[in-house]
Amino acid sequence: METNIGKIVYINGPVVRVIEAYDLKMREMVLVGQKQLIGEVISVDKAMATIQVYEETTGLMRGEGIISTGRPLSVKLGPGIIKNIFDGIERPLLNMYETGTAFIPEGIGMITIDEEKLWDAEVVVKVGDEISAGDIYAKVQETVLIEHKLMVPPDISGRVVFAEKSGSYNIEHVLIKLENEQGLHELKMYQLWPVRSARPVNRRNPITSPLITGQRIIDSFFPLAKGGTAAIPGGFGTGKTITQHQLAKWSDADIIVYIGVGERGNEMTEVLEDFPKINDPKSGKSIMERTVLIANTSNMPVAAREASIYTGITIAEYFRDMGYNIAIMADSTSRWAEALREISGRLEEMPAEEGYPAYLPSRLAQFYERAGDVEALGGRDGSITIIGAVSPAGGDFSEPVTQNTKRVVGTFLALDKSLAYGRHYPAINWLRSYSGYITDLSPWYEEKIAPDMLELRAKMLRLLQEEDKLMEIVKLVGEDILPDDQRLILEVSRVIKVGYLQQNAYHKNDAHVSLKKQHRMLKVIDRLYVKANNCVKMGVPISKVKNDKLFYKITTMKYNVTEDKLEMFDELIKEIDSLYDGLESMYGKEVSR
Amino acid sequence: MRLKYLKLYKVEGPLIILSGVKGAMFGEVVDIEVEEGGHKRGKVVQIDGDKVIIQVYEGTAGISLNNTSVSFTGKPMEIPLSRDILGRTFNGVGEPIDGAGFYGDRKYDINGRPINPVGRKYPRNYIETGISSIDGLATLVRGQKLPLFSGDGLPHNELAVQIIKQARISGDEENNFAVVFAAMGIKHDEADFFRKHFELSGVSNRVVMYINLADDPIVERISTPRCALTAAEHLAFAHNMHILVIMTNMTSYSEALRELSASREEVPSRKGYPGYLYSDLASLYERAGMIKDSKGSITQIPILTMPNDDITHPVPDLTGFITEGQIILSRDLHQRTIYPPINVLPSLSRLQKESIGEGFTREDHPDVANQVFSAYSHVQDVRSLAQVIGEDDISEMDKKYMEFGRQFEQKFLNQGFESNRSMQDTLNIMWELLTLLPRSELDRVKPELLDKYYDKR
Repeated sequence: METNIGKIVYINGPVVRVIEAYDLKMREMVLVGQKQLIGEVISVDKAMATIQVYEETTGLMRGEGIISTGRPLSVKLGPGIIKNIFDGIERPLLNMYETGTAFIPEGIGMITIDEEKLWDAEVVVKVGDEISAGDIYAKVQETVLIEHKLMVPPDISGRVVFAEKSGSYNIEHVLIKLENEQGLHELKMYQLWPVRSARPVNRRNPITSPLITGQRIIDSFFPLAKGGTAAIPGGFGTGKTITQHQLAKWSDADIIVYIGVGERGNEMTEVLEDFPKINDPKSGKSIMERTVLIANTSNMPVAAREASIYTGITIAEYFRDMGYNIAIMADSTSRWAEALREISGRLEEMPAEEGYPAYLPSRLAQFYERAGDVEALGGRDGSITIIGAVSPAGGDFSEPVTQNTKRVVGTFLALDKSLAYGRHYPAINWLRSYSGYITDLSPWYEEKIAPDMLELRAKMLRLLQEEDKLMEIVKLVGEDILPDDQRLILEVSRVIKVGYLQQNAYHKNDAHVSLKKQHRMLKVIDRLYVKANNCVKMGVPISKVKNDKLFYKITTMKYNVTEDKLEMFDELIKEIDSLYDGLESMYGKEVSR
Repeated sequence: MRLKYLKLYKVEGPLIILSGVKGAMFGEVVDIEVEEGGHKRGKVVQIDGDKVIIQVYEGTAGISLNNTSVSFTGKPMEIPLSRDILGRTFNGVGEPIDGAGFYGDRKYDINGRPINPVGRKYPRNYIETGISSIDGLATLVRGQKLPLFSGDGLPHNELAVQIIKQARISGDEENNFAVVFAAMGIKHDEADFFRKHFELSGVSNRVVMYINLADDPIVERISTPRCALTAAEHLAFAHNMHILVIMTNMTSYSEALRELSASREEVPSRKGYPGYLYSDLASLYERAGMIKDSKGSITQIPILTMPNDDITHPVPDLTGFITEGQIILSRDLHQRTIYPPINVLPSLSRLQKESIGEGFTREDHPDVANQVFSAYSHVQDVRSLAQVIGEDDISEMDKKYMEFGRQFEQKFLNQGFESNRSMQDTLNIMWELLTLLPRSELDRVKPELLDKYYDKR
């Protein structure tokens, strides 16, 4: 239903107004002007409608018409999404590049996933079957890692009156026909879904398992949950993007949707060049086989930047409905908020805090609420975890995007400039970060890893907190004045910071670490502190207790103990015991003499 | 034949408003004829009903409602380009101002097109600047955008000139290197300083200049970097050259943008800057890089002065979020007559990780740089402690760090305007400094590298 209506009367950057467009609906997708630029209706008013345009409006003229499509801004969901890279409204960048230029051409129109490519579809229903929303009618092996399940769209059910033979088809091919009271429905290999509406589910499940990332400070101290949300705020240069990349590479989600929202072009290129070379530790296959990239870099049109996070989450919901665990990285949600602000400014809306529109908090909450562990239509369990980077202006966490995000996320990983200056990476501040999922996840940790895992976590955090307080004193009077037991806390904290919290993304034994190894490392550090503290209490001077060789060995165990030789930790513990038992007996005697 | 509009509706600041216009295009260039023969150019920035708002490049002085006629060209702002621009000087709208004419083979839209991330090549080769603190700790990479964050009165111009004089691109056998220089709102003497040094060092015929001085019209200040970057793209991608673009001063540029935004009565965001400042800056900075179809590259060094040395000011802040790192100059080091006064701790090159180390500079480079950072960062803590309790009372180890800090600043940072150090020299100085500390303190360096480089000293 495409009709040519209206007349453009106002153009200001991405904002265009048309008159004589009476039947336009709110949030409807339209094609603007002769170049048929893609746009979305954002307000309707008697005879005048306002449209935000997802492409550059340079060259647009007053008086040109628009085409109404009758449907909201939607994405095509079907095979061909995984391994692909799209712009903010699901147009494949690879196809644009293949047209022969390294630059994004003008007026590309509404292209989307490949309509020609043949997929081997296995049809799993037969004529006469009664199927309803969410039921699987065919399967396609989309990549070596992902089996794509074609599901009956949420609003349809009926009796199968036609089922195509299994075979190779393109996505436009009709696989089955359903009949119900309303009539006949043809189901192809894709469905359309409006990006701004969440896909319906049967119910939400409680959170039970962590999203394991292989990053020590996250997994052991501030865990993410499958179906949970997290924010990573940090000023520039604190390592948001590299943290997001690490999560995309190593987390144990089935599918990663990585959205570059108004960020650097080179970062997306880096992902495109690096990911195919990295193998997933679980499957041994390239992680690109389970990755979807959405890139709307900072110099691409601002309205498409605003849409990109919705495109990403809609794709994630579609795969979640198949029963997969999805992790979404949005880098950075601040750029999305700025896109909102920019468009709001052009609409001359009343600004709230720092020029952001008053609806910023509700939009943020709506987005993060699309995360969750659910039972999808059709009865499959799947989850979406959202991890949003936040780029606070001036690194100041009191600004509106950080504050409003903080209210709606479960895990908060605060990046710290001073840690980054000291090249302590990941620069996650252990005093300002938190995870709201500890209680939900504690049964999982106790059962799957070790009963004492969370106890060790609490002990380490206490030590670090203690150290922070002591450092205040040290800054004033120096370390030498402290009593030995407090100096020991400083020394052990240093081991935790350098040997545990710092993690080298470029070291083959350190880029990602299993929870088993994390637990064993914590045990070693804990034993070191307990034993050393005993010695200090017996009066052994700190110079003896802080054995350089042993401390060095423990600080570097992250590099030297590989995942297949975890028993080496037992040797370390033996070494600790023998050293301090020796000291104890030596000084014990002195005391008794 | 296009229509000529003989009457204006309104003139306001740098804007003129026309009414009764039928066929205006958003973003097109208009030709404005003031009285007899005085031509100016403008750009359509808003269409509202039959009213069209035009931003005038050369300024609106002399324009009245009745003495001016406007004709629409139907084209975006374009400049002619060819390889012959090398050695020439242009103004902010791409007209030659060195006394000779210029005719290019083709005209190019100054707004460019965004580079498709799929079409980019990831930058993986360093540029040796001969400046230790940059080469050693924040290595400049070919295709990178690495800004200089400076303050008024700090020697950022000297540093930029020194980089231009000394820059050597590793692997550039054909010496296919040129500089595009965009000056936005800088003073006459600053422009002369650059010009003089380009001549002295014999690079003038490899430099293209686009100049908009502090007293030139501000609308041209907006187009200056766009002209310069279009020229850079032409040289890099059509002629396979390696281009270093120096853009100075981004703060003046942003202020011009704010001035225009205010005159259009737009809703302001932080500190009165328009809400689209981020997108606008990104449309400049993102034009750095390399593409798959060409051997050339565009490396950008934008220079900006932080108002009141405040790094959280919107201009440095937004710049830092777009660029791939930053080099920060410090007033404190400058006052202690250390040149270049680069504050290495907050300075960073995001792309260096893929461009240094084995196969590029030397295998020890990443570790030794990391260690020097960590040690110098500790020096700051020790210094603040020593200020409280006095240097005599700090521990023996901390005294070693104090000495490390002093020598680091004197031997490593302070190298002077004329000194051009090789990468090997820079790395060796770093090891020499680390020998001031005991081996057990060097926890960022792999043991085998310590054996090789630390123990033999």
